[in-house]
Amino acid sequence: MAEAEHATQLTELTWQQLRTLVSERALTGETMLLNMGPQHPSTHGVLRLLLELDGETVVNVAPDIGFLHTGIEKSCEHRTYQKVIPLTDRIDYLSPLSNNLAYCLAVERLMDVEAPPRAQYIRVILAELTRLASHLVWLATSALDLAAMSVFLYCFREREQILDIFELCSGQRMMTSFFRVGGLWRDVPEEFEEAVRAFLDYLPRRLDEYEEMLTENPLWKDRTIGIGVITQEQAIQWGVTGPSLRATGIAWDLRKAMPYSSYDHFDFEVPVGSNGDVYDRYRVRLAEMRQSLRIIRQALDNLPGGPVRTPDRKVTPPPKEELAYSMESLIHHFKLWTEGFKPPEGEVYQAVESPRGEFGVYISSDGSGKPRRVHFRAPSFVHLQALPLMAKGGLVADLVAIIGSIDIVLGEADR
Amino acid sequence: MGLESRLGQLGVVTTTLEQAVNWARSGSLWPMLFGLACCAIEMMATQASRYDLSRFGMELMRASPRQSDLMIVAGRVSRKMAPVLRRLYDQMPEPKWVIAMGDCASCGGVFNNYAIVQGVDEIVPVDVYVAGCPPRPEALIHGIMKLHEKIRREKLVETPRS
Repeated sequence: MAEAEHATQLTELTWQQLRTLVSERALTGETMLLNMGPQHPSTHGVLRLLLELDGETVVNVAPDIGFLHTGIEKSCEHRTYQKVIPLTDRIDYLSPLSNNLAYCLAVERLMDVEAPPRAQYIRVILAELTRLASHLVWLATSALDLAAMSVFLYCFREREQILDIFELCSGQRMMTSFFRVGGLWRDVPEEFEEAVRAFLDYLPRRLDEYEEMLTENPLWKDRTIGIGVITQEQAIQWGVTGPSLRATGIAWDLRKAMPYSSYDHFDFEVPVGSNGDVYDRYRVRLAEMRQSLRIIRQALDNLPGGPVRTPDRKVTPPPKEELAYSMESLIHHFKLWTEGFKPPEGEVYQAVESPRGEFGVYISSDGSGKPRRVHFRAPSFVHLQALPLMAKGGLVADLVAIIGSIDIVLGEADR
Repeated sequence: MGLESRLGQLGVVTTTLEQAVNWARSGSLWPMLFGLACCAIEMMATQASRYDLSRFGMELMRASPRQSDLMIVAGRVSRKMAPVLRRLYDQMPEPKWVIAMGDCASCGGVFNNYAIVQGVDEIVPVDVYVAGCPPRPEALIHGIMKLHEKIRREKLVETPRS
């Protein structure tokens, strides 16, 4: 009888599939099954959760992903290496430039070219601005989930300023595709430095404001302290990275551990928490934002001159003037845009510290102009695996806080 | 109140029922709180501080389809999401309108592959398409204004929708 009852509740699941997802108590009808999402304001996208509840207490959570599966990895196989870059923007749409960076670094390693110093510094500035923008959206939405509406409005006000800077450089607000294999699309405009400096002076005051509103707020502390705890061992076992890992007290940051794009030139700290709960993740992210400001300031102060694209003709097209008199240059230019450059056979894995954690790109090359296989290691996907671990035993209302705190982007989890 | 002071002591304002209904409908659309992908972030930006969608009487996003009359499809719709989207549309009460926000929702955008529905108009009838990847908040607001114009032109006797 119970079998028939559940069958009507979850028509798309077979009885056998359901047995693997829930406990024996749910099968006898002792606990309740509840469907959350894919259209739910606090799942941060199209995540579906199958909840097993005993009253208000969460007994089990089974995340159901794939509602935003875009086939990006497969689409990459049909494009030349440069043309993959716009697709990487749209994986983790809150930090497009981090994805660009990971992909470009991976192809650069495959091709054995390196971006010139100026390009590397500008990449760092833009990647850190992306981190700030992403963390601002995280703070806005996760605070909104816990009913702090004004934080949402404040954070988006600041984020608009970052998007203005992106627009200044590239003409696009979000999906800039500004990085290229071997450097940048073009140099930043003259007003760039002034705009960034104005923002650097502006944001710290605002960060203080957020801290004033939330850090010692008894309601905020009630909803976040001791919620969604994950221990150091569990975090490592489940492959948790980024702020969620650092909130447990492990100072693992790829920018320090495996520096890329001259991150080793800058002096910054890796903020850590101690309890691994929602509150510590909040503290770690806010501290990270201040460190990002430090990195940007150092990069701006020491911004080297010179070209922003490698002179290596393997990946960089010849300058336009040359095409007027040199037949070879014209052919080379034409070949680069039609066939693309051809990296040697081999494979490469390059990871960067994206706002969410370790974002990695794996490329397998067969020596042709298009990649044989591209895979993205998405931190959101890994963190979703650890979600049941954090949510079990808590309340349904806490689940909302936990989903907000691990900062998932479904575009990245599903790709 | 405002109307009386402008019209003096007339006491009576005449209009057609159609105009009154269309005016009311276009003036207080309630969009559904429903984001899919990148465009949803720009949709949030449209509601937030700088662009402030409440200027157009639309600040109230409803999380339930049963309380909303505008669906803004913000982002790419995967094959797995398509039946869910259709069900949400069916749950919305009449009259209802749909805006396809962004290239993916309009025509598939850059994702011409096995996973993405090539335009949300394969599933639900679309009133306004907004181009861009993602569209700027101004573009979305422009799309909404176009929808308002469209609603004001609607005839009461013939509102067949599916």
